Amino acid sequence: MSIDKQDVQKIAHLARLALTEDDAEQYQHSLSSVLSLVEQMQSVNTDGVEPLSNPLEMTQRLRDDVVTEDNQRDAFLANAPQTEAGLFLVPQVIE
Amino acid sequence: MFEQSISALAQHLRNKDISSIELTRLFLDRIQEIDPQLNSFITVSDELALQQAKAADTQIAAGNGGPLTGIPIAHKDLFCTQGTLTTCGSKMLYNFIPPYESTVTKQLQAAGAVMLGKTNMDEFAMGSSNENSFYGAVKNPWDCNTVPGGSSGGSAAAVAAGLAVAATGTDTGGSIRQPASFCGITGLKPTYGRVSRFGMIAYASSLDQGGPMAKSAEDCAHLMQAMAGFDEKDSTSADIPTDDYLANINAPLTGLTIGLPKEYFGEGLDSDVAATIMSAVKEFEALGATVKDISLPNLALSIPAYYVIAPSEASSNLSRFDGVRFGHRCDAPRDLLDMYTRSRAEGFGTEVQKRIMVGTYALSEGYYDAYYLKAQKIRRLIKEDFVNALNEVDVIMGPVAPTTAFELGSKTSDPVAMYLEDIYTLSVNLAGVPAMSVPAGFVNTMPVGLQIMGNYFCEAKLLNIAHQYQQRTDWHLKTPTMAKGVSA
Repeated sequence: MSIDKQDVQKIAHLARLALTEDDAEQYQHSLSSVLSLVEQMQSVNTDGVEPLSNPLEMTQRLRDDVVTEDNQRDAFLANAPQTEAGLFLVPQVIE
Repeated sequence: MFEQSISALAQHLRNKDISSIELTRLFLDRIQEIDPQLNSFITVSDELALQQAKAADTQIAAGNGGPLTGIPIAHKDLFCTQGTLTTCGSKMLYNFIPPYESTVTKQLQAAGAVMLGKTNMDEFAMGSSNENSFYGAVKNPWDCNTVPGGSSGGSAAAVAAGLAVAATGTDTGGSIRQPASFCGITGLKPTYGRVSRFGMIAYASSLDQGGPMAKSAEDCAHLMQAMAGFDEKDSTSADIPTDDYLANINAPLTGLTIGLPKEYFGEGLDSDVAATIMSAVKEFEALGATVKDISLPNLALSIPAYYVIAPSEASSNLSRFDGVRFGHRCDAPRDLLDMYTRSRAEGFGTEVQKRIMVGTYALSEGYYDAYYLKAQKIRRLIKEDFVNALNEVDVIMGPVAPTTAFELGSKTSDPVAMYLEDIYTLSVNLAGVPAMSVPAGFVNTMPVGLQIMGNYFCEAKLLNIAHQYQQRTDWHLKTPTMAKGVSA
């Protein structure tokens, strides 16, 4: 299975990765070889096989809807690249 | 002193032959002296280590504390440690100081262990050679021209070189067992859900599992006593009581049935590695075990299934690295999209970007059924192989990797060749069963690990089996020449 440079740029856009033309060309080869490797799966008949997402076949355990943690706003903001007035600062979204 | 077991060191600490502060200083000095050649640490937390050692000495003086009190260990740089830099081997997190502590490191700290620092690793645990770290490759202490294995290569190299008594690692597709094998130490990947994933930076959540890496099975058992258990903070943690991992470590192996899967001894396996594994199996026969030929017919499919499932989960898990709340942010972003795309392209290395894109592709509209769903169906076939085999035998044995540690740079240009290195380990993660790597000999001066795989939650049995082998052999006691530094 091989993909072209345009496909790589499309996937990169979905993955929110800015690729240069050179990057896209490099990834075109490596992604194609990985996708060829995973193509092997298609030769296996899996009709009637239930997909397995958790090896222990457990379902998500839910907790009671009660507050269990203290407010740690300052601690969490401490790692942010930019903050203002106790909020995460990002480039303007709405004109 | 640096070569001694946890039990022996604990005895020395209790007898006041040495204090934890002295022991910690000895390891910090060794790191300073030897690690420049290995690059096994990203962060050395000297001050914190000495504070913790002081507290441990106080506890020991008061007659309290357990076997881990005052023992210097290291943590893979993927476990969040409150107040200590945690990078996950990535430029993306070059400045990340976690505001919370992972459950594993918290439990080991509560058991009195001293944290020497954070060990180097493949970026976001993606790799089989530790060459994908933003902080540079780690070297194998047995031969600095070879890789230590990945992605817990920093932990493995540090333990093998005597820079820490033991270390934590994580295993998504073999990342505890393969570096343990390449560096000649003992490593255990527990059953999925046995050790909490809370505070572990996620790669592939349905496969990731933390576990101990140490010189011996007995030392791994000491770590498991503290690490294992149910954790409310991890919604996939197994709510099943833990075993006492030391209680039956000396039980005889009479009556043990060992399965040897024919698929583990086929094409691609180095003949000297195969001979080493078979001579280890003979030791088990001498200990009273019987051997049976078995089959894990879908083994070859574990590679394609893994390289769909793991990247798919990674593409989702790594979406949180967007330059908003933590981690790297690009300079002067034009708008929000520009900030996301440039921050991520600058922060992630090529292997991480590649896996994110493979996962994004596999989960995208039109491809989901053909890739992700198909891989999950194959995952069930692989699990059934293990369930069927383990109905016939108590444990499965085989090699950890097809070869010993390979040369640095020798496989970096061919990703598929690198991925094939994981053929014997990946299926264990897909099935979720526990498995160990135990030093079993050398090929051309490089260590070989024997893999022992068992049934769900049978870690105590695996440790017993490995310990009995280590009572008869001394492979786990061998030390690389470079470890015998001046402060030994």
